[in-house]
Amino acid sequence: MKKMTSATVIRNEEIACDIFSLWLETDLAKGVIPGQFVGVYPNNASTLLPRPISICEVDEKKTAIRLVYRIVGKGTNEMSHLKTGRAVRILGLLGNGYDITRATDKKIALMAGGIGIPPMLDIFLGYRDNDTFLIEELEQYGKVHVATEDGSVGTKGNVMDALEGSGLSTDIICACGPMPMLRAIKKYSEEKGIDAYISLEERMACGVGACLGCVCKTVEKDSHSHVNNARICTDVQDSRERFSFTC
Amino acid sequence: MADTRINIAGVDFKNPVMTASGTFGSGMEYGEFVDLNKLGAVVTKGVANIPWEGNSTPRVTEVYGGMLNAIGLQNPGIDVFIERDLEFLKKYDTRIIVNVCGKSVEDYLEVVDRLGDTCADMMEINISCPNVKEGAIAFGQKAESVYDITKKIKDRAKKPVIMKLSPNVTDITEMAKAAEAAGADAISLINTLTGMKIDINRRTFALANKTGGMSGPAIKPIAVRMVYQCAQAVKIPIIGMGGIAGAEDALEFLMAGATAVAVGAMNFVNPYLTEEVVAGIEDYLYKEKIADIHEIIGCVN
Repeated sequence: MKKMTSATVIRNEEIACDIFSLWLETDLAKGVIPGQFVGVYPNNASTLLPRPISICEVDEKKTAIRLVYRIVGKGTNEMSHLKTGRAVRILGLLGNGYDITRATDKKIALMAGGIGIPPMLDIFLGYRDNDTFLIEELEQYGKVHVATEDGSVGTKGNVMDALEGSGLSTDIICACGPMPMLRAIKKYSEEKGIDAYISLEERMACGVGACLGCVCKTVEKDSHSHVNNARICTDVQDSRERFSFTC
Repeated sequence: MADTRINIAGVDFKNPVMTASGTFGSGMEYGEFVDLNKLGAVVTKGVANIPWEGNSTPRVTEVYGGMLNAIGLQNPGIDVFIERDLEFLKKYDTRIIVNVCGKSVEDYLEVVDRLGDTCADMMEINISCPNVKEGAIAFGQKAESVYDITKKIKDRAKKPVIMKLSPNVTDITEMAKAAEAAGADAISLINTLTGMKIDINRRTFALANKTGGMSGPAIKPIAVRMVYQCAQAVKIPIIGMGGIAGAEDALEFLMAGATAVAVGAMNFVNPYLTEEVVAGIEDYLYKEKIADIHEIIGCVN
């Protein structure tokens, strides 16, 4: 059940340049599926719409969620000033998340680029330069392969270069990050015949599938819209079959 | 408790609170948040005779006190709409108003015909969407064309017809009068105001469509003014909307002369808002010891 609710700020700290980690106490933590997101409301009447932010982590007791976000505009700038103890209005849980039941006994590659990194647990991480974040934390969960565009850390290039450089094979890819990276992963997964789950992002208003703001083009007619468009907030991550969107 | 029932063109509504077309889907998505049975009516997203793809993204962007959208009337077409959306809505004890869009008069008439034998209670004719190249607002910016399309639809319609008017005109009362003269059963206003936002970082338009329709609390004073002007100009009922963010805003529209109100963009900000507006109006009437909502409709002159 989706709901709008009040969460309490536990901790909000800068972990890299303009990248913040925000822990929020909320009962929404109980039901989180990896890959889902919440809408975070700014506390300012001039900025009305909830900001869609991926869930990075849930604490062991399932009483809190962690959001890692980059300051990109007014809303996220306001979020960066949130102090411990403050109440924040959030809307969740949104999006379908990854179907992790399909991952049993399979080799999975989690691939993330830039601010797409937070919702992933490991393993292939792409950054612009040596201003990296979350690497040490993610190393607890698996082997981390880093790529940077300028070559200052790890493989020079993007996550695809890191994957190919590692010589690893994988059965399922879960990916989140910028569009060019997702496009490359889509191509790779099609060539290799690998299942891939991809988290897309787009400007959105409602987050629940009503406004039709955040659509992406699809190859096949979408079963809900009956045109070649699917709603990113509610439909795209749900694709059980190979993802069909053209990005 | 005060009597909040209203009647538009022979259709009874339990209260005057509706959803603004395009902000509530067909009720499915917000049914998780609000009890649709509590609403006066659900006004659906616009539907055409065939599926429409809509515009490219970005389709939405935030502006001070509101937002711009240029969805471009994406819809699954009337066949799917009747089978799926109307089937869903008819399970609820609320009125169903279907918003109709088209690129040509024939498109509109085809949808109007198809709706004739369905459970839809009324039709709202969209002649005011600013985000499509053909149809919609092209029919809504001249009094003669408003008259013409209203007449053609009224001649065929088996359900009461609401004409949804655009604020992007020199004098909205001329459009209201034309709709009334052609036989419209009611009018609804306002649709969004055409706007533009530039993304200074990308040095391009924030919306792929370049322009978009502005909605949200920032447009409310314009909407209240237009509802008031139209209420002075025509006798048919008015459904007022534009930036309603709470019961106080809804009451302004009613006092300005609207028989009913619709909650739009602010559904995206507060998914419980429609139900809160219903409760807030009831509270106001109780506190002010008003027995019947008609005592405040158009009370400001």
